[in-house]
Amino acid sequence: MSEVKKFMFVNRKAPYGTIYALESLEVVLITAAFDQDVSLAFLDDGVYQLKKSQQTKGIETKNFSPTYRALEGYDVEKLYVEKESLEARGLTEEDLLVDVTVLSSKEMGALMDEQDVVLSF
Amino acid sequence: MLHIINKSPLGNNSLDSCLRAAGSGDILLIEDAVYAATKGNSMEGRVREAMSRLKIYVLLPDLEARGLADRIIEGVSKVEYGGFVDLVAANKNCQSWL
Amino acid sequence: MKFGIVVNEGPYQHQASDTAYLFCKAAIERGHEVWRVFFYHDGVNNATRLTEPPQDDRHIVNRWSKLAEEHKIDLVVCVAAALRRGIRDENLAQGFRISGLGQLVEAGIQTDRLVVFGD
Repeated sequence: MSEVKKFMFVNRKAPYGTIYALESLEVVLITAAFDQDVSLAFLDDGVYQLKKSQQTKGIETKNFSPTYRALEGYDVEKLYVEKESLEARGLTEEDLLVDVTVLSSKEMGALMDEQDVVLSF
Repeated sequence: MLHIINKSPLGNNSLDSCLRAAGSGDILLIEDAVYAATKGNSMEGRVREAMSRLKIYVLLPDLEARGLADRIIEGVSKVEYGGFVDLVAANKNCQSWL
Repeated sequence: MKFGIVVNEGPYQHQASDTAYLFCKAAIERGHEVWRVFFYHDGVNNATRLTEPPQDDRHIVNRWSKLAEEHKIDLVVCVAAALRRGIRDENLAQGFRISGLGQLVEAGIQTDRLVVFGD
């Protein structure tokens, strides 16, 4: 399997309320292990996945937010956040636990067009 | 790109977000998203407006199941499952806005 | 054309599995190949042979098994999601196999189109 495809993971759901954010992250790590070109897109409530200072002790669930910071170690460095979604939630880049590239909706749409495989959960 | 939507536009922002991002291409409305293909609801204006830059399709069996086949917006194209397959094949890539 | 399919939701609760099945059937009728269907999240519940719907309802699990047998489709159930939900080899329906997430990534690499069905 020498072919490299462009995989984009589109995250539009908040963490903890459902399992999708966590299970998406698991696929991201495996895809990176397959040496594919990986990017992550965060839109709508998906931007909440990147909020700093998540404390999950009280809900007895694993806090998986540190994994976003570990992505760099797997050569996953393309994290894109939609500007409109951030603004609609009263968040700025300062509120996020990793460095991201903020894109307008249209820029995000153009980036989606370029992908080979778009996965959303 | 083919954008696949499966949520009602009145109870969920999937279609709204898709319309915000998608500059061109095809949109296929399936499952509960078929309500977006119908006249008389509060999203109709946005859907009609989007039709100037995007081609909109609806999965007919899902529309019929929900009793709204007679309320389809003019210009929205009806497809069966075979047409759904053709749309996926004809577009370079596809995305399900879950 | 070679298709890969992802099913993220369980049977009967959500339409995702039905739509995915009807899509696969139509793709095969059109002369395409459905190379693999990957069941993830609650989608792993499509794979239990303990499923017993009322007689007047469709049998979603057996329908997948039959389609897979007739058209040599690889039905893969995510191991981590399956074990979390009590799906194991002992209660796996015919035609399904349990394997890792690598099978999903491989489907993305090997097929011409990967189509996701979920909530």
